Formats: sequence, C-alpha cells, structure tokens
Amino acid sequence: MVAVPKIELVDLHKSFGNNAVLTGINLRVMPGESLVIIGGSGTGKSVTLKCILGIERQDRGGVLIDGRDSTTIDRRAFLRSFGMLFQGAALFDSMLVWQNVAFRHLHARRPMKRTAARELAISKLSRVGLSAETADLFPAELSGGMQKRVGLARAIATDPSVIFFDEPTAGLDPIMAGVINDLIRELVSEMGATAITITHDMTTVDRVADHVAMLHGGQVRWTGPVADMTTATDPWLDQFINGRATGPIETLR
Amino acid sequence: MLLPRLALGLLASIGRSTLELLRGTGRVAMFAAVTISHLVRPPWYPTELLHQLLRIGYFSLPVVGLTALFTGGALALQIYAGGARFNAETVVPSIVAIGIVRELGPVLGGLMVAGRVSSSIAAELGTMRVTEQIDALTTLSTNPVKFLILPRVLAAVIAMPVLVGVGDVIGVFGGYLVGTERLGFQSTTYILNTIDFLQVTDVTSGLVKAAVFGFILSIIGCYFGYHSGRGARGVGQATTNAVVTASILILAANYLLTEAFF
Ligand SMILES: Nc1ncnc2c1ncn2[C@@H]1O[C@H](COP(=O)(O)OP(=O)(O)O)[C@@H](O)[C@H]1O
Ligand SMILES: [Mg+2]
Repeated sequence: MVAVPKIELVDLHKSFGNNAVLTGINLRVMPGESLVIIGGSGTGKSVTLKCILGIERQDRGGVLIDGRDSTTIDRRAFLRSFGMLFQGAALFDSMLVWQNVAFRHLHARRPMKRTAARELAISKLSRVGLSAETADLFPAELSGGMQKRVGLARAIATDPSVIFFDEPTAGLDPIMAGVINDLIRELVSEMGATAITITHDMTTVDRVADHVAMLHGGQVRWTGPVADMTTATDPWLDQFINGRATGPIETLR
Repeated sequence: MLLPRLALGLLASIGRSTLELLRGTGRVAMFAAVTISHLVRPPWYPTELLHQLLRIGYFSLPVVGLTALFTGGALALQIYAGGARFNAETVVPSIVAIGIVRELGPVLGGLMVAGRVSSSIAAELGTMRVTEQIDALTTLSTNPVKFLILPRVLAAVIAMPVLVGVGDVIGVFGGYLVGTERLGFQSTTYILNTIDFLQVTDVTSGLVKAAVFGFILSIIGCYFGYHSGRGARGVGQATTNAVVTASILILAANYLLTEAFF
C-alpha cells in the first residue's frame, strides 16, 4: 500500500491584488516527517502555511490533508491535534504567559482546573528554556525571543500530532536556538509528530529536517532529503544556503 | 466641454459611493447576522462576557454620568428661559425629565460610549488582527466570533440600558440641582412635577433605544477591528471608521426609533 501524505499541496496559487505570491506550489509531507521550508523573505512561506490552515484562501489549487481535500474535511477535528508557532509569536497580550500556554486547557469544553493548567504551563515553559517566574508576566514584559518561546510552548501544549513552526529560532541566541532545534527534533522523532518548519537558520535545517523545500519565485525551486542538499547543484539553492550575494537570486526584492 | 465632464464625474462618484455604501451595509449586516447566529450555538465564553460587561459597562459609568449631569442642568436652564416667554416656568421639571429620558439620555450616552467603546474595541481587535492573534485563536480551536465578538456585543447590549437608566436618574438630578439652586423651585414641587408627568413608556422607549445603540456601537467596533488593514495605519483607520460610523448610525437609528415610538 502506498502511504498517503499527511499534507499535500497541489498547484497552489495565491495573489494579494497584483502581488502574485504563490504561483503553483507542489509539496508533500509524509506522516511523522519533518519538512523544513527555506527561501528568501517575502517568498510566501508564511502564506503557504496559512493556506494549508485555511486562514488564507488560495486562488487556485488544492490542499490535501490525509489525502482529502482540506475544504471537505472536518477542520475542527484537524485543529484539535494541531499546533502552530506564528512568526510574530501572536501571543494574547491581555492574558498572562501561563494563560497563553494553557489556552486550550482553560477554554476546552471541560476546562482544566486553573492550578493544574498553570502547573502544566510551567512544565511546558521549562521545555522551551523559560523559568517558572515568566509564567505570571504579561507577554509585553518579555523580549522578542522569550515571546517566541512562549509561542512555542503554547503550540506544543497539547502534544499535537501536526505542528507548524514559523521561524522558531529567529531572534534567539545560538544556545537557545540549539535548545529549540533539539525540541522540534524530539517532537518529531519521539512523539511522531508531523512538522513543517520555516527557517532562515541553516543549523535548524541540519538539525530538524528530514526533507527540505526551497521556495523561490512563488514555486518550489528545490526539494529533497536533507542529505542531498549539500550535493545538489541547483544554483538557486547553492546561493541561498551559502549566502552568496551573487547568483540567480536577485538581492533587490 | 468641461462642465458636462465635471457633472458626469460627479455623478459617477456619487454612484460609486452609493454602491460602496450599499456594499458596506450588506457586509456589516452579514457580519451582524453571523454574530447573532453564534448566540444559539455553543460553546459560549461567560467569563469573557463578564470581562466585557465590566469594561464596557462599569467603566463607562463616569462618562455617561457626567454627560447626563451637565446635560440635565443645561436643559433646566434652557427650558426655564423658553418657558418664561409664555409664563410656563412650571413645566421645567417635567420637560427636563422627558427630554432626558426619551432623547438626550440614550443619544448622548450612546455617542459618548461609542467614542469610548467602539474605538477601543476597534483598536483592540485591529491590533489582534495585525499581530495574528485572531489567526492564532483559530489554530487553537477557538472561533474568534464566539470568543471575541459575541461577548463584546452582548455586553454592550446588556450594559447600555443600565448605563442609560443610571444616566437618566443623574440627568434628572442635574435638572433638579439647577432648578432648586438657581431657578428657585421648591424641592418637593420639583420632584412631584417630575414624577407626575413621566410615563412608563418614556422610560422604556429610552431603554430600548439604549439597547439598540449598544448593539450598533459594539458591532461596528468589532466589524472595523476584525477587518482591519495591515500595520499601525490600518488599525488607526479602523478606529476612526468605527467611531464615525457608529455615531452616524446611532443618530440615524435614533430618528427611526423615535418615529416608531412617536
Ligand atoms: N494579508 C496580506 N495582504 C497582502 N499581502 C500579503 C498578506 N500576507 C502576505 N502578503 C504578501 O505576501 C508576500 C509573502 O509574504 P510571507 O508569506 O509573509 O513571506 P515569508 O516568505 O517571508 O514568510 C509578501 O510580499 C507579503 O507582502
Ligand atoms: Mg514569514
């Protein structure tokens, strides 16, 4: 039997006004696999994730989840075992840090007791390298990197089976970035989660990815197993991973 | 040559704005209908409702109270001046009460709360939209309409009649203060005159107006915030649009409701 991809994008198109951002994305992520998406800023990586979630509606093309058109599936059921770290963390600034992390538990059909939810939030915070003291602060009192990690704690709070990370290590120091990379790898390897990670950080690619996809010009420029990346001859990929100023990718965008 | 072209341009722009207005009205109506439909579909978020009742209702009390107090006082002076022209100074207490309860209480209260609450709702939801907090809610299996919009709208619909009711009392009291201190009315005469001429429908029509205005100012604030454009500019625009639209709609609705209650 052929395995069905957890998530598959077929010829995805998305424009904002005259700005054609995605012009035919084809991509598949198998269950329990970690895909890392790289690409210049503004190439539509975040928009791709939003189309998968239905937060943005694509103009053309399809999103398949477990082989079924995402517009026909029970989206609520999918979201129940889903977690996402947004690029800007997207923490609820009217709530304390622990209330953000335990949001699902506090607002479930049968809500968890507040003390238990707080305990749980603190244990999740420790997994992203944040002390218990941060739990009772407001998001606005944290640095950008700390907010990012709270967002990560919130995304993994219910041990989801599908997780999206939008630039998880942006704004973090190298040590903390290492902690986060290991955490993502652990979620995939040990918990069996399916993960899509957007990053500009090549160490994240090395540590987290099973597969890599590079977006450029609204399409997937290169995709393949992470091991093939170093031997790939694609000039776009080569320029990107080596950070060269000269090459086919224009630096004026 | 130029004149016909100008005239045509003007017509076209009138047509365009009319169409835009109709389209906007349709979108707001849809938005309101969707919000109301969530009223009968669980889950509900009662703690959010309580939060908003406190924010929209309780914290608007000073604004509404002060507005009513000064309005009642000024009204007493004006009616006295007008009444004196045909020796009818004694109507001051009853006209003040009727004016406050039927018209000025709900309208001025509605406009003040629109300034205070529509803007803050629009700014808050707009910021949540821009910083992807609304998207984050969706990914956390929480419907933003149920969690953000319905509690705010419900709270405003519940709080406004209470606010206006309190404002009515304070407004009449403002008239009483001016009447007894400045215009030489006897305290008991003033109170008796107020009570004798005031009818129950005066009060209820004012409170119904208040509830409608509460709905308008909250749904408009939510609409513009929820659909805010990107960036700080988008949020600023949403806030302005919310206050202006809510105020105009309140005045328009006030006229229609007054016709209906007449
Ligand atoms: N809601 C939106 N409205 C208009 N343009 C948008 C919107 N979201 C994204 N874009 C545009 O789409 C392009 C890709 O954005 P994004 O996916 O955020 O890039 P990145 O690859 O850096 O994550 C950008 O040009 C951005 O301006
Ligand atoms: Mg992005």
